[in-house]
Amino acid sequence: MENRRGTIRHTKLRAFEEIESSLKYPFCLNFYDKPPIDDITIEEFETAALDRLRVLAEIESCFARNRSFDEMAEVIKTICKSDRCSLWLSTNSASDKDLDKEREKDHIGHFVLRLAFCRSEDLRQRFVKAETTLFKLRYRWDNTEERQQFLNTRDFDWVLASSEEVQELIPSDPPTTYYKVKWTRVPDLVEKRKVILKGGMAYVPAAEQASIVFQAFQTLLEKALEATAKALPRLDEDNRLVPILDNLSKGFQAGVSSEWASKTEGQEGLTADMIDEMAYKHYPACMRNLHMALRRDKHLKHYGRLQYGLFLKILGLSIDEAVAFWRKAFSSIQDDKFNKEYRYNIRHSYGLEGKRANYAAWSCQQILMSNEPGPGDSHGCPYRHFSTDNLQSALLTMYSDYGLTSQDMPEIMNMVKQKHYHVACTRVFEITHSRQGVKKGEGVGAGESVTHPNHYAARSRELTKEEGKEGDGDVVMQG
Amino acid sequence: MAISDKQEIEPVTPEIMLAFYRRLYPFKSLFAWLNHEHVPTKLFTNREFAFTLQGDVYLRYNSFSNADELKKQVCSYNPTRFEIGPVYSARPRDRKTVRPAAFSPQLRELVFDIDMTDYDPIRTCCSGADICHRCWAFIAAAVRVLDRAIRDQFGYHHLLWVYSGRRGIHLWVSDREALELTDDQRRALVGWLTVIHGGKEMHKKVNVRAPRTPLPPSIQQAYNMLEPVFRELILEDQDLFASEEGWKALLQLIPDNDIRSRLEEKWEEKARRSSESKWDDFVDEVERDKKPKSNLKNAKEDIIIQYTYPRLDAEVSKRRNHLLKAPFCIHPKTGRVCVPVDPRTIDSFDPEKVPTVQQLLRELDKIAPSATAGEGAAVVEHHSDWERTSLKPYVDMLDKHVMGLMEETRKAKQKMDLSW
Repeated sequence: MENRRGTIRHTKLRAFEEIESSLKYPFCLNFYDKPPIDDITIEEFETAALDRLRVLAEIESCFARNRSFDEMAEVIKTICKSDRCSLWLSTNSASDKDLDKEREKDHIGHFVLRLAFCRSEDLRQRFVKAETTLFKLRYRWDNTEERQQFLNTRDFDWVLASSEEVQELIPSDPPTTYYKVKWTRVPDLVEKRKVILKGGMAYVPAAEQASIVFQAFQTLLEKALEATAKALPRLDEDNRLVPILDNLSKGFQAGVSSEWASKTEGQEGLTADMIDEMAYKHYPACMRNLHMALRRDKHLKHYGRLQYGLFLKILGLSIDEAVAFWRKAFSSIQDDKFNKEYRYNIRHSYGLEGKRANYAAWSCQQILMSNEPGPGDSHGCPYRHFSTDNLQSALLTMYSDYGLTSQDMPEIMNMVKQKHYHVACTRVFEITHSRQGVKKGEGVGAGESVTHPNHYAARSRELTKEEGKEGDGDVVMQG
Repeated sequence: MAISDKQEIEPVTPEIMLAFYRRLYPFKSLFAWLNHEHVPTKLFTNREFAFTLQGDVYLRYNSFSNADELKKQVCSYNPTRFEIGPVYSARPRDRKTVRPAAFSPQLRELVFDIDMTDYDPIRTCCSGADICHRCWAFIAAAVRVLDRAIRDQFGYHHLLWVYSGRRGIHLWVSDREALELTDDQRRALVGWLTVIHGGKEMHKKVNVRAPRTPLPPSIQQAYNMLEPVFRELILEDQDLFASEEGWKALLQLIPDNDIRSRLEEKWEEKARRSSESKWDDFVDEVERDKKPKSNLKNAKEDIIIQYTYPRLDAEVSKRRNHLLKAPFCIHPKTGRVCVPVDPRTIDSFDPEKVPTVQQLLRELDKIAPSATAGEGAAVVEHHSDWERTSLKPYVDMLDKHVMGLMEETRKAKQKMDLSW
C-alpha cells in the first residue's frame, strides 16, 4: 500500500502528515485489494485468522438473533477490544498504539480467511456478508477526517449531479447534494427506494454516500473470492497451510446457520394424526397460522408448504408420515394431481429428490427477511406480516386456552410496534407456558429469545414432558 | 365443430400441436430474438430450453446450436409448451461433462410475470383462472405503469410484452445491461417496483412512506397514471364497494376511527349505495377533515394505489435461472397463442380475440387446400406459413422488435472495432 501516499491530498495538519508518512498502512480502513507480501510465521498466520473468525462468527450470530445495527456495534466493539480477539483498529490519532502491527494483523487475517472461505458458494456469501458488515462497523467507528482521506485515495466513479439536474428531478427540495452513479452500483439503495432513478442513473443523496462505498467493497470482495476459488486448486502448497484452512472453514460452517437442520432429538414416532394436537399445544403463531389456513382452505401456496413442511420435518415427522399428512390435508385435490404436483416437492424438501440437499427449517430471520408473503399467501411471521387487529384476534384465538388474555395485548402490541417481533413471540411463549412455571424474562430457556420456530416448539414439548414426569399424573385438560 | 363458434374450448390434441410446430411456429424469429444477431452466439447455444411433454414429463437443460436444431427437437418431442431459461457458462446439454462450479447462469433477460390470480381480492367479474375483457383493464394499467417505469427510470429500451395465453402477461427486457444483471440487482429492481406488500392477513398493503410525507417521486408518477383508472375500473366497472365484503375491506384502510364508524353506519343503512357514492362519501370526509395531525389525504392516495398498482409475481424476476414460457407457445387449456402485445395499444387488447391454434390451422386449410391436399406439396417445408394466417401481425411485431436489438448489437460491434 506504500504507493497510495502519492495520491493523498495535502492537509492542513503537518503533524498528521508526518505520522502518516511513516506508516505502512496509512488508514485503518482497508479495501484489501493487495495481499500481504511480507514473511510471516505460521503462528501469526493462524492467530490472525482465528481471531478474525471469532469476530465474524459473532457478527453472524448477531444477525441470527435479529440484533439492530446499533446493538451489533456495541457487541462487536467489545469483542474486538477484548484480549481474546484483539482486532480493534485504532485511528491515527492514537499515537500510543503500534498502528502498523494492528493493521497488519487485520490485513493478514482477512486474506487467510479468503483462502478458507472461497471454496463454496454458500461460504463465499456468508463471508462477504460478515466482512462487509465488519467494514461498515469500522467505517462508522473511524474518525470523519481520516475516513474522508481514505475515500479520497480511491476512485468511486461518482459524479456530482449538477444543480439544474437536481432541480429538474426534485424541484421542491432545498438544494441538496446528489451523487450520480449507475443504478446497478447501489442495488441496496434502489431496493429501499432511497435514490432517484432516471434513465438508469441513480441520484444518491449525500447522506447515503456511504452505501456506494459499501457496495464497492462488497462487489470487489465477491469478485476476488471467485478469482481465489479458481486459483486455489493450482496453489502450489506445502502441507502446513491446508489443514489449518480446512479447520477454519469447518469452524465457520458449524456456526449458527446449521442449527435445526436435523430432526429434533427424542421425538420419535410422530405421526400425521398427532399434528392437530401438536399444533394446538406447542406451535408458535407462524406455524399455528399456517396449520389453521391449511385446515380452512385445504391448501397452502408454495412458500406456505415450504415453511410449514420443513418445520414438520425438523419436528420429527418422517417422510412417509409427511406425505400422508399433506395428502389428507389437501382433501379437495385429486390423487393424480397430488402425486404429480406435490409429492415431488415434499420428497425434495426431505432431500430425496433433485440435488438431495438437506434443507434446514427456516429460522425466524429467514421467515422475517426472505420470501415476503404476497396477496393470498399465509406464510411469514404473523407479528411482522399481520395488521395489528388481525394479529390481536389471531393470538387470542390461538392461545386464550393457554392463558393469553386481552390484558396482555398492549404489552405485546407495543413490542410489535417497535419491530421487536421475536421479543413479542417470546413474551407470548412465556405467558402461555406460565402454568409450567416459565417466568417473565426466562424466554425459551436461560433468557434466550425465540430465534427459530422449531426452538419454540421443542422447548414447549420439553416443558410438557418435564411436567408429566414431576406431575401427579393429572392429565392435561384440553379438547 | 358446431360448438366452436360459441367460444367453447376445443381440446388441444398432440396432432394439432405437431402441425402447429411444423407449419406455424416462428422459430427463426425466436432464434433472432434470443441471439441478437444472425450468426449463432453463446446467447443461443448456451441457452437452456425446458420442455413439458404430453403427460407432464418435464425435461430440463436442453440446448441447441441453431434454430433448425431447435425446431427439429421440438417437432420430435412435440411438447405441450416449452420454456426459456438463462444463458449458462457452458452448453446446458453438456452440463454433466463440466465441473459443477463451471456451470452457472450468466445472462438472462430481465423478466416479469403478472398474473390475474393476484388480483382476485380486488376483482368481482371473474376469479381464479378466468379472465374477461373487463379484468384485462387491471393488466392494462399494470402494463402502462411498468412499461413507463422501466423505460424512464431504468433506461431500458428493448421491452417485449407477451400475453401468457390465459390470464396474465409476461415482459422480457433484452437490453445488454438487463441481460447482465446479477440476482442481487434483480432483487433490488423488483423491490423498487413492488409496492403491494403483505399477505392475506394484512389489510393495508401499501406502505411506501412515513406518515404525512409525500409519495416517493417514482410512485407519484405511477399514481398520476392510476388515479383515473381507479374511478373507471374499481368504482364504475368492477363496482367493488357494492358488496358488503368490498366496502368492509375499504373501511379497514381508513385510519381515522370516527370517520370509519360514521361511514360504516351510513353504508350499513344504505347498502345499495353504489361504489362511486361510497367513495365520494369518503372523499367528502377527507376534505372536511381539519385535524392538524391528520394523515387522511395520504390514506386516500394509498388506497387508490392498493387497488390499482401492478401486482408482480416477484419470484419470477429475482433470479436468473427462473424459466419462463416462450412466446408463441400454445396455452394448453385455452389453445390461445402467447402473442406479443404492443403496450401502446394495451387498453384495446382483447384476450378473447387472440387466435387459437385450431383457428390458425383452419385458416391454413382454407387458404391453400391444394398445397396441403396434394401429396407432393405436403412435404415442402412450411417455413413461412404463418404469413398466410392471422398470426402474421404478431410475428411481424416480434421481428420489428428484433431489428431494434440487432441494430444495437451492430452498433456495439462497430464501436469495438473503432476502439482498436
